[in-house]
Amino acid sequence: MTAAFLTGADAQIEVPLKRRLRRAERARQLKALALVLPLLLFLLFTFAGPIAGMLWRSVDDREVRQVLPQTVVALADWDGKDLPDEKAYAALASDILAARASGTMAIAAKRLNYALNGFRTILTSTARNLKAAPEPGTAKETLGKINPAWRERTTWTTIKDASGPVTGFYLLAALDLTRNADGAIVAAAPDQAIYRNVFTRTFIISLSVTVLCLILGFPVAYLLATLPPGRSNLLMIFVLLPFWTSLLVRTCAWIVLLQSRGVVNDSLHWLGIIDEPLRLIYNRFGVCVAMTHVLLPFMILPLYSSMKAISPAYMRAAASLGAPPLAAFLRIYLPQTLPGIGAGSLLVFILALGYYITPALVGGAADQMISYFIALYTTETANWGLASALGAVLLLLTLLLALVYGKLVQGQQVTGGMKN
Amino acid sequence: MEAGMVTPAPALVRFSGIQKTYDGEHLVVKNLDLDIRKGEFITLLGPSGSGKTTTLMMLAGFEVPTHGEIYLADRPIKNMPPHKRDIGMVFQNYALFPHLTIAENIAFPLSVRKINKAEAQERVRAALRMIKMDTLAHRRPGQLSGGQQQRVALARALVFNPQLVLMDEPLGALDKRLREQMQLEIKQLHETMGITVVYVTHDQSEALTMSDRIAVFNDGIVQQIDTPDALYEHPVNSFVAHFIGENNVLTGTVETVEKEYCRVVLPDGGAVTARAVNVSGAGASTSLSVRPERISIILDGTSSDGPNRLPARVQNTIYLGDHALAVLDVAGNGEFIVKLQPDAHGSLRHGESVFITFQPEDCLALDPV
Repeated sequence: MTAAFLTGADAQIEVPLKRRLRRAERARQLKALALVLPLLLFLLFTFAGPIAGMLWRSVDDREVRQVLPQTVVALADWDGKDLPDEKAYAALASDILAARASGTMAIAAKRLNYALNGFRTILTSTARNLKAAPEPGTAKETLGKINPAWRERTTWTTIKDASGPVTGFYLLAALDLTRNADGAIVAAAPDQAIYRNVFTRTFIISLSVTVLCLILGFPVAYLLATLPPGRSNLLMIFVLLPFWTSLLVRTCAWIVLLQSRGVVNDSLHWLGIIDEPLRLIYNRFGVCVAMTHVLLPFMILPLYSSMKAISPAYMRAAASLGAPPLAAFLRIYLPQTLPGIGAGSLLVFILALGYYITPALVGGAADQMISYFIALYTTETANWGLASALGAVLLLLTLLLALVYGKLVQGQQVTGGMKN
Repeated sequence: MEAGMVTPAPALVRFSGIQKTYDGEHLVVKNLDLDIRKGEFITLLGPSGSGKTTTLMMLAGFEVPTHGEIYLADRPIKNMPPHKRDIGMVFQNYALFPHLTIAENIAFPLSVRKINKAEAQERVRAALRMIKMDTLAHRRPGQLSGGQQQRVALARALVFNPQLVLMDEPLGALDKRLREQMQLEIKQLHETMGITVVYVTHDQSEALTMSDRIAVFNDGIVQQIDTPDALYEHPVNSFVAHFIGENNVLTGTVETVEKEYCRVVLPDGGAVTARAVNVSGAGASTSLSVRPERISIILDGTSSDGPNRLPARVQNTIYLGDHALAVLDVAGNGEFIVKLQPDAHGSLRHGESVFITFQPEDCLALDPV
């Protein structure tokens, strides 16, 4: 209204006024910036940087280009329909000799072996048997003699695909896809197609844990929000108690409780409820129990804060207007806790997506989540490309979820109609 | 005190021997007997902690009486849950459901009663027209001003035609001007719709403006139930005299009692004749109550002595536009207030000695404070 007034009545003083406002605001903004700068830099180095690095590594493909530079150049204008020409063979022979001399062959062998199983053997045997650079014009024949694989088109397309500098290979692999010899995207071989399954499993476990947390956490949060302050503070301490011990200790405690000769099985056996010990751990059940326990506070706290903001007068008003307790709860109380349910569920779900230690300790082979494989590829096999690609896919899915939640919350705020 | 009422309408609500304690030691409501007649506007007035809100909450069903029974249309309702009582309630902070629109808020009591959609819609529309907010039906409570929210809360409590409407300090959060406007609107609604209203407030002017009858609460006991003018003119004890309207207090000792009047000696030796309202007899101490507008100031002491004529010293004068106040020192009370014509205050000087006079029937001898 003020702005409209200014432009309408006093347009000539509007610009200087705006400039003065900006000048006045600038000092304040700089001060605010200075306050957040340390954290901003910290996050940049420890969070944004690594994430950018990870995203880059998931498409980075320069190993082959480094080790076999001449081959990559020679293959640049190869159409991939027939075998490449003599020039490419000569370039490869020269590259292999150079790589053998510098000891860098293993780098390219590892990368090419990801794409085509057995490529490592092809390269090492060729390097071993290639005594010297072949006579001009005989490279194709020489290499074909050393290893018949060089007479296969697939061998060459594999090199061409891996010649970088960027590739979709790892990202496709993370989604159980690959390129065939013609460059079309197809489903990966069944023995390599495990990641979709792992992603699905990760989502199912995370979803189960979220639902369990919501079911168990909602009544506790309600109690916390409605008890008199003294008792609710005591209860809050119990809710926060798990944070005082390490995640590892809590997970190990579940092993003690749930193992076949553990506390739970022994008690049930002693009570005569079971004859044989139940299998409670190293399976999906154990993973869900332990993760729910660890993540429960992250559900309870947002629920509690949203419930605390609901005045008891609303329920009284609903009752006075004739609503039985259940109807009042469903129509008046529950809708007002939706932001808390959303925030808590999102928090728990996203935290659960990235869980590693707990499933690794209390889960079986079929309960390992995506983080387990990411860790496996980074620490055991040093396949950074695939680890990064799995991470990137997980990040993308999480961002998508956060986006959906953001839309929902926005909608909620519109329907909630709260001022300020 | 209610003996004067000749033909009482049938009681809609009857509190019978109600006691309420929260901690098992201290009674918040002590032995309450109260009849609320059909169609009347009754106000429960009292300071905070006097038990008036507890009484309202017991009637609404949010608190259970420790002892006694409450009857609504001759049915005992002590153990009836609030949602079955058919009592509309307006809360102090409106308690409009923030996630529902204005129309949905007003439709809520109809929809929980499973009233068919077409009729519910018509009633909501009528209710919105009644509060003159037809155009805001699809706003959320958060987008309305306090006064508008209050009107919606009223409409919501009335739309299902409850047999009784309770209001718990509904205007407490509004500013003075809006409060006065809403008082008149609520009063008008009460008159046009013929509803029975139980209204809780600690604001005596609000109670005087709106009520047919006022029950003055203090310390868990109803001190007096009467019409506004009777409460003002004939308070039964010191508490009511103090709580309703402005009031001057003089302490003294009863010398003689003669029928309706008694003679009271003041600490400084002066004596006045007062109506013996609440005195135990000769020799008892008493507190006298005189309204500021019933006192005259005799400037020069020349006029003939009236029945009650006391020396006073002018402490201060306050000009208030439509009237003026003189603050006097009378018989040891340094805050004795006399209401004057606005032009009269100029003629009083600070420290000046004057006399005051008032009629015996305007001076009430009540229980000592």
